[in-house]
Amino acid sequence: MSRPTRRQVLHGSAAALAGAALAAPVAFADTAAARPADGHGQAAGDRPSGGHEMPEPFDEMYEGRHIEGWPADEEGAQSGGHHSSGAHAGHHAGQAGPHDGMDFVVRIDNDDLHVMRNADGTWISLVNHYETFTTPRALARAAVRELQGADLVPVVTG
Amino acid sequence: MAVRKNQADLTATEKRNFVDAVLELKRSGRYDEFISTHNAFIIGDTDDGERTGHRSPSFLPWHRRFLLQFEQALQSVTPSVMLPYWDWTADRTPRSSLWADDFLGGDGRSGDGRVTSGPFAFGSGKWPMNIRVDGRTFLRRSLGTGVRELPTRAEVDRVLAMSVYDAAPWNSSSDGFRNNIEGWRGPNLHNRVHVWVGGQMTTGASPNDPVFWLHHCFIDKLWADWQGMHPKSGYLPTGDTPDVVDLHDTMKPWNDVTPADMLDHTKFYTYG
Repeated sequence: MSRPTRRQVLHGSAAALAGAALAAPVAFADTAAARPADGHGQAAGDRPSGGHEMPEPFDEMYEGRHIEGWPADEEGAQSGGHHSSGAHAGHHAGQAGPHDGMDFVVRIDNDDLHVMRNADGTWISLVNHYETFTTPRALARAAVRELQGADLVPVVTG
Repeated sequence: MAVRKNQADLTATEKRNFVDAVLELKRSGRYDEFISTHNAFIIGDTDDGERTGHRSPSFLPWHRRFLLQFEQALQSVTPSVMLPYWDWTADRTPRSSLWADDFLGGDGRSGDGRVTSGPFAFGSGKWPMNIRVDGRTFLRRSLGTGVRELPTRAEVDRVLAMSVYDAAPWNSSSDGFRNNIEGWRGPNLHNRVHVWVGGQMTTGASPNDPVFWLHHCFIDKLWADWQGMHPKSGYLPTGDTPDVVDLHDTMKPWNDVTPADMLDHTKFYTYG
């Protein structure tokens, strides 16, 4: 099994979101659904859009599932012949690659979980698409709880 | 004029016609095309890239068009069927008639979240999960567990009071009415309802649960209510915005309809 390197990758967004009104980091419950009104969370160390630090790679067993993740533009970290381009996906109905538009690769038992970073540095996944998490690890653990032992399947978009 | 009613006001016949039309679209394969489309946009819409269906100003007109298309598909089965809306500020519990067996069926069972009653239960054999993010093939719900409370009327009113439609950077970090109703900011209205229902509703393939349409129908009604309250506030942005659908830009996947075309819902239906 391949292991991601520990190199930290600084994400340079193509479309710098200058002028984004960003609230200061606040003490944060785990999900947006639980957050106080008008509050939103940012992981410690996260900076405003256009300059987020990449979260650390992770690799652990959680509730009997193997969860791992690493920045999508880590070279040579991925098994299975996937190549992330770093380019953001358009709408390729029916042919969305597993890492299209992704900043971070997350896998549960070697199956890709599609994830996405929000402008405020929080994260969502295809399994929990309407609530935000501070880190990909928290998102992966939430997906494990949601899956209740089920396997992820390749994304079908058309 | 075609009227979209509150689901709580539907007659038994209206409920039956709606359910039967949904099941027929499922049987013919047309229903799953709507799920696929939604999932594709959920994956493709990004805060710093092209964004159309979600986390962007066109969230509201895109879903208005999406619902119209679905409603027209229902009417191709039974011409009298209209989408009903679910006012979750009023019908806030799993005991609502919405979740009765003659309509959408009930909560998921403990353990695996499987919906075991009503027309969309796995046991009915009429509601397979073909477009799915994991291996489970049965409709699931977990009402009120992902988050305990649905939004309140007071929270809705606070968002309706916002007079600016949307604001730069036109994404999930924006201030303004659109992002506050979508839920990435503020009291969290639309997103929270997805989480409250649980099951497939929390995923990119959320239209797997027919309540998706009733939820979005209410979001659409709230947009109409907001327009009535703020007649001088128009859709924003109005031109030359990269990656974002401006007022007169066409929207994917249709490419023949603009937000401007969608602003007046009374061309298509009214709300009862």
